[in-house]
Amino acid sequence: MMTESNTLSRPIRILVAKPGLDGHDRGAKVVAAALRDAGMEVIYTGLHQTPEMIATAAIQEDVDVVGLSILSGAHMTLFPRVRDLLVEAGREDILVTGGGIIPDKDIEALEGLGVGRLFGPGTPTADLIDYIQQWAGANLTE
Amino acid sequence: MNLDHLLAGLEARNPATLARAISIVENARPGFEALLSAIHPKLGRARRIGITGPPGAGKSTLTECLVAAFRAQDLTVAVVAVDPTSPFTGGALLGDRIRMESIALDDGVFIRSMATRGSLGGLATTTREVCDLLDAAGFDRILIETVGVGQSELDVAAMADTSVLVLTPESGDGIQTLKSGIMEIADVFVVNKADRSGADRLRQELEVTLGIRKGRAFRNIPAHHGALESGPAAPEPDNAEWRQPVLGTVAVECQGVDELTASLAEHWEWLEASGTLRERRRRRIRDRTRAVVNRAVKAWIWSDTEADRRIEARLDEVERGTVSPYDVSHEILDGLKQGMKL
Repeated sequence: MMTESNTLSRPIRILVAKPGLDGHDRGAKVVAAALRDAGMEVIYTGLHQTPEMIATAAIQEDVDVVGLSILSGAHMTLFPRVRDLLVEAGREDILVTGGGIIPDKDIEALEGLGVGRLFGPGTPTADLIDYIQQWAGANLTE
Repeated sequence: MNLDHLLAGLEARNPATLARAISIVENARPGFEALLSAIHPKLGRARRIGITGPPGAGKSTLTECLVAAFRAQDLTVAVVAVDPTSPFTGGALLGDRIRMESIALDDGVFIRSMATRGSLGGLATTTREVCDLLDAAGFDRILIETVGVGQSELDVAAMADTSVLVLTPESGDGIQTLKSGIMEIADVFVVNKADRSGADRLRQELEVTLGIRKGRAFRNIPAHHGALESGPAAPEPDNAEWRQPVLGTVAVECQGVDELTASLAEHWEWLEASGTLRERRRRRIRDRTRAVVNRAVKAWIWSDTEADRRIEARLDEVERGTVSPYDVSHEILDGLKQGMKL
């Protein structure tokens, strides 16, 4: 898979992180590998990350996108917290997106809080690659 | 982002600005050379320590231990961790941060992952420039972790003040330690996973190999059947020469790390006392200047002088075999030398 729709002269940088207490990282690994194969530079930080660790890593790594995998039910806390920490650090330009077991009404609420699209179980990896590449095409200039 | 803003951010060691500055250099965005030029007077404070070795040897884990040890000495530390880019898709999975969790939230620590982006020497093409930014931002120690290397990815030696080679008991037998390449560039050898069987043997074989290189393979060997017992003691090694230590560590428990930091400090003292530091740094400045000139000349030839058009114009003849690519190259070079716009 090549990045045909990506007009940037550099790879998209994305942090894939697994916040919270659940230990199910298979999904995050599948996503990380798919994004890598789509030509992105994926920083993978592993399990049990706090929002502070995720935001710190995102800022130091100067990523374009943060992707969170949350299966613990704590999405209403974790997504906004990561987003807030990035905004506090002056990096509101970083897209916060992700996936997991998240009810539709929560997805709506989170999108209202500045969180990007969220993906449920069974989403083909091509969908999220498209989403990120389109977002990058529209939002990243260099 | 303008230059003054970047420089002020580096001065204040603002992580977001530093991270942005690194991206500007990594992606060769407009202004990156002005930025590197502006920070040049501030360089030279940080000690740059390269950590290299085969995949899975424990480089990241050992790096985390080293960071913690330096932090305990109240030193600030930056880490540049390099992982490979896929030659097929251009993508990369940068996973070194996973091993550095315990230091992730420390204000005195800055970690940056880099993908090699086509560079084959174990580092990314811009890793040394990124280290300059970290140096200018005032970090006391910069740890540069290479990709998992084989035998000949040696770029780190050209940019680090001290190179540490991390091996494991599974790294091979004594013959591997005799080979050229990676074994020749290390200032400090570490046999990690030293609690596994074979670690002592590998350490011993490394000592022997280093002894052979220095012409003292038979030092410290007990007298055989008393034959040498009354002979003169072997001369002490010349003080001007660095004797590479071979250390044992168990990185998952940070065992042996105090010895490693002590060796790094000793090596630094030797670098300064022997004049090697100045020599290495002057060589680096020379290399860097050459590299910048090469890049600029390349860009100039292929974008401004229309050398490509000359090639294109002669392509039919070259194809027919009436002139060779060497003839055309000489035409272009002669033209350039005469200052001619082709």
